[in-house]
Amino acid sequence: MTQPMTLTNPSTDIRHQLPAEQEMSSTTGKKSSRVQKETLMEIRRVSKRFDEALAVDDVSLTIRRGEIFALLGGSGSGKSTLLRMLAGFEKPCEGQILLEGKDISRTPPYERAINMMFQSYALFPHMTVAENIAFGLKQDKLPKAEIRERVAEMLKLVHMEGFAKRKPHQLSGGQRQRVALARSLAKRPSLLLLDEPMGALDKKLRTEMQLEVVEILERVGVTCIMVTHDQEEAMTMADRVAIMSDGWIVQVGSPVDVYESPANRMVAEFVGTVNLFAGEIVMDEADCCVIDSPELGRRIRIDHGISTPADERGVWVAVRPEKTLLSLEQPKGDFNWAAGTVEDIAYLGGLSVYYVRTEQGHLVKVSLANTTRRSERPGWDDEVYIHWDERSAVVLRD
Amino acid sequence: MRKPSFTTVMLILGLLFLYLPMLVLVFYSFNSSRLVTVWAGFSGRWYIELFRDQQILNAVWTSLRIAFFSASMAVCLGTLAAFVMVRFGRFRGKTALSSMVTAPLVMPEVITGLSLLLLFVHMAQLIGWPADRGMATIWIAHTTFCSAYVAVVVSSRLREVDLSLEEAAMDLGAPPVKTFFQITLPVIAPALAAGWLLAFTLSLDDLVIASFVSGPGATTLPMVVFSSVRLGVSPKINALATLIILTVSLATFLAWYFMRRSEAKRRIAMRMQQEG
Repeated sequence: MTQPMTLTNPSTDIRHQLPAEQEMSSTTGKKSSRVQKETLMEIRRVSKRFDEALAVDDVSLTIRRGEIFALLGGSGSGKSTLLRMLAGFEKPCEGQILLEGKDISRTPPYERAINMMFQSYALFPHMTVAENIAFGLKQDKLPKAEIRERVAEMLKLVHMEGFAKRKPHQLSGGQRQRVALARSLAKRPSLLLLDEPMGALDKKLRTEMQLEVVEILERVGVTCIMVTHDQEEAMTMADRVAIMSDGWIVQVGSPVDVYESPANRMVAEFVGTVNLFAGEIVMDEADCCVIDSPELGRRIRIDHGISTPADERGVWVAVRPEKTLLSLEQPKGDFNWAAGTVEDIAYLGGLSVYYVRTEQGHLVKVSLANTTRRSERPGWDDEVYIHWDERSAVVLRD
Repeated sequence: MRKPSFTTVMLILGLLFLYLPMLVLVFYSFNSSRLVTVWAGFSGRWYIELFRDQQILNAVWTSLRIAFFSASMAVCLGTLAAFVMVRFGRFRGKTALSSMVTAPLVMPEVITGLSLLLLFVHMAQLIGWPADRGMATIWIAHTTFCSAYVAVVVSSRLREVDLSLEEAAMDLGAPPVKTFFQITLPVIAPALAAGWLLAFTLSLDDLVIASFVSGPGATTLPMVVFSSVRLGVSPKINALATLIILTVSLATFLAWYFMRRSEAKRRIAMRMQQEG
């Protein structure tokens, strides 16, 4: 698929071929080969109020051409409102939305080169699959032969060639989603919006479709912004993720960034599960820092300095369950461990989650990969020790 | 024989209460006697007399025409009102509009009829139209109260329609008016049909409002029936009633039959879908 902007704007095209730029983008993640540095959309300080309630609060974002970008947040975080503003169904109260350099904040939805796949798919029930896909093309008054060609191409893209004559109610959930995707891609939009793309599917189909949708999007090369409350989905599909809460963007980064280096406690708790220990910094140097944590009953040592202002000593130390280790013998040293008893074990097949009650009464989650069948493991009420490497913990603030 | 249960007995009694009068009416329409209450042998002569009675036939034709035009106009106006009530965001006087649109549902017919009559009389005095009351005034009067019914039926359907359907159409490049005609209307078509049929029936049935606003030129069927009954019931009316019952039952049966058939078709398609 051709992207009109690269053809009409040679300056950015040349810039894109610089080796330095290539190198820059290759560090961001596994799927970044198609992501270009060029900005497709810019959201500048956008706010939206509904009857005094602030749904989106001063959000600024830059979307690069070719990337899949996920807005991740709980219900009421303002992610859907932001998406609806991009589509044109809501007008921002303040701020600007720029698509390819043009301000589109006041453009009605039917004049934007943006298409959306709805959570409910919103397939027109009185039209066949082919008519649904052709609807947008007919609005552009394309010649009949071209419409037919494009519909066939789209059906082939989503592997639905045999279903052109079906009505939406004769399709299964996964098939409906394919048709909805084909319909929103048919007009070759410069930006595709996905609203909870897997929301209406059951779990098994969801994992299947996540990979397939990403594969289709990459084949077409379209830039995509998706909204989801499912962090697994966001991390599977997106190149970059923005965590939203209370109308704010809390953190933007690659899935690895938001998981391994969360910006604050809220992000750490929202993306995956985490063990948190409240503590106070007692020593902070260039290559290590030590935190006193009554909750752990012991000091915590971290292998890097965190350069804190002198008056903000209270912090949280976060350790992911899979980086927390379990042993039957007492770990060496004076840092990063606690004694406790196994309170509960959740066997999940691929991994087991141990709930360990420490002597200080703190419940710590430890997940162990079940790499062997029926091996010797700690059982219920066993005395165990939890510990972690000094590189595993992250220091966070509220 | 087994003793029928209490519920069965009550069911039969209920059905008899509802349908026995109609059965008697149908039965007596084949009576050869001039007196409605005395049986004098089987005959179809009242049907023949009915079709010779130009006054009744004219009234049937007038009623059907008025009902058709009133229903069509009511569907247009009622749909517009429903669309504004459901789809437009909050605006000044929305509650007032909604309650005023639906007020004719609970307004006594006598009051509606009388007020419309006063309106027409004053209009005739002030602007010279309508010079004499007739089909046009009945049409306007019926449209007035039928629109309310259509608005209620259509708005309840419109509320159920997924808003994202219309948003999707606009997202794909269809301006609002085009979206309304290409997406919203086809989706709510069943409600439009239901509203039209309801309005048609109500208009066909109405006696009170029509008597107020009609003039010498236009006599609807209910008016003819009512006035002829006052002069003494003619068996012709029985014959007419029988024909009306027959038409209505036939229409209901056909509607049921076609709905069942399309439902079955859909189910088969679904099953084929699951297997294939």
